[in-house]
Amino acid sequence: MALVMDADRMARALTRMAHEILERNRGLDEIALVGIRTRGVPLARRISRSLHEINGDDVPTGALDITLYRDDLMRHPVGPQPVVRRTEIPFSIDSRKILLVDDVLYTGRTIRAALDALIDFGRPQAIQLVVLVDRGHRELPIKADYVGKNLPTSLKQSVQVHLQEIDGKDEVLIEGEA
Amino acid sequence: MTTSAETPTAAVTLKSRHLLGIDGLEADEISLILDTAEAMKEIGGRAIKKVPTLRGRTVVNLFFEPSTRTRTSFEIAEKRLSADTLSIATATSSVTKGESLLDTVRNIEAMSPDMIVMRHSSSGAPHLLARMCRSTIINAGDGMHEHPTQALLDAFTIREHKRRLAGLKIAIVGDLMHSRVLRSNVALLNTMRANVWACAPATLMPSHIAEFGVHATTSVDEAVEGADVVMMLRIQHERMHGHYIPSVREYFTLFGLTPERMRRAAADAIVMHPGPMNRGVEIDSAVADGPFSVILEQVSNGVAVRMAVLYLLSGRDSMDPLDVH
Repeated sequence: MALVMDADRMARALTRMAHEILERNRGLDEIALVGIRTRGVPLARRISRSLHEINGDDVPTGALDITLYRDDLMRHPVGPQPVVRRTEIPFSIDSRKILLVDDVLYTGRTIRAALDALIDFGRPQAIQLVVLVDRGHRELPIKADYVGKNLPTSLKQSVQVHLQEIDGKDEVLIEGEA
Repeated sequence: MTTSAETPTAAVTLKSRHLLGIDGLEADEISLILDTAEAMKEIGGRAIKKVPTLRGRTVVNLFFEPSTRTRTSFEIAEKRLSADTLSIATATSSVTKGESLLDTVRNIEAMSPDMIVMRHSSSGAPHLLARMCRSTIINAGDGMHEHPTQALLDAFTIREHKRRLAGLKIAIVGDLMHSRVLRSNVALLNTMRANVWACAPATLMPSHIAEFGVHATTSVDEAVEGADVVMMLRIQHERMHGHYIPSVREYFTLFGLTPERMRRAAADAIVMHPGPMNRGVEIDSAVADGPFSVILEQVSNGVAVRMAVLYLLSGRDSMDPLDVH
């Protein structure tokens, strides 16, 4: 298992992305963050904190569970259903720019599900995608707008993101042969 | 631990692909259903109250006994999960032409539904079907036996108010003998380590109440004393073949839940009733509509709980190729 990002580099990547978000959107009016469960949620909160430190604005932040929108849900003949967790978007997404936040961008299927889920909540002005790690191997035409780290991987490898809030430690690891 | 390709699966899962009763469910399975229901409840608050999860699945609601609440609740739950649903009420079906239960269900099965939600006046009817059918069977009440989704929505409502089930004093008062709600609730609450008190007149007390693992009493005051939850059950005139109570007025005087009796309960107690209520028989209107009452919350929560059950069981479909003859 190789360490590809430690706590310090993760913090810097998130701060850099916060600056990029401000620059690209010329301010934070009409912006809201939505983290994809599980690890997108603490990442969204951290970016929200960074934005507040830089700009002083409070950006509304929500949590989205995409389980019920997955495209592989009913494809396992017999097996346990994935755990469904609560979606919490305590603000209207109508006419807002939504920054969708996830830890790893891989096939793009999670993001496809998240887009469907979000659109059930209203009609955002725009949706932008923020990911901590882009590991490639897309199966759908989806691209991130803000990337913490581009990480070339092979299909045999797995990428693990650990976050303080959930795992007690900030780090990104890559497992398996290239 | 995560990669975006990994499938997060539950630590626990439902062991059976049917929901026939609470009896046989373990504590972690009950918790899984209640936790999932919490997530499902949020969907009911959205502008678009629908998720695509059960798209392309067919659910048949087969009700051999009258029901408004339970059938509507299942139907709404199925539609919120995008399943295709149809409801068959026996008054308009071939059952009135003398078709047997098994034949009715076999004919429905020939049209390949994925799930059958069923209510029947005979205890054990869904168990019979589960043995004979390919579809997943969900028991929506069988005779005097079980009504598992009612007990689950009751537990969900209690948990929302009390944040726990273990250690609570729960008084269940009313026609215990004819009640499937009692049987399912006792099974659930005992598994979750609540303290159940069962109260009924001696004539409406099940003869084998000692085997239920509850505190049985004929004194309402004793049952309600310090209770965190008071659950009133309906006097089921339609199941009574004989004289069980001298008169409705006497029953209300001795066993009806009045504001005076509620003063014995814990200060933050809640009052529940699975419906339909007989006002002035088992419960005073002042209590049913009073500040302790969570009776309408139970109805709202029923949808979320049934969505959770439908979702969790849908993964357990047998996808065996149909043996078409």
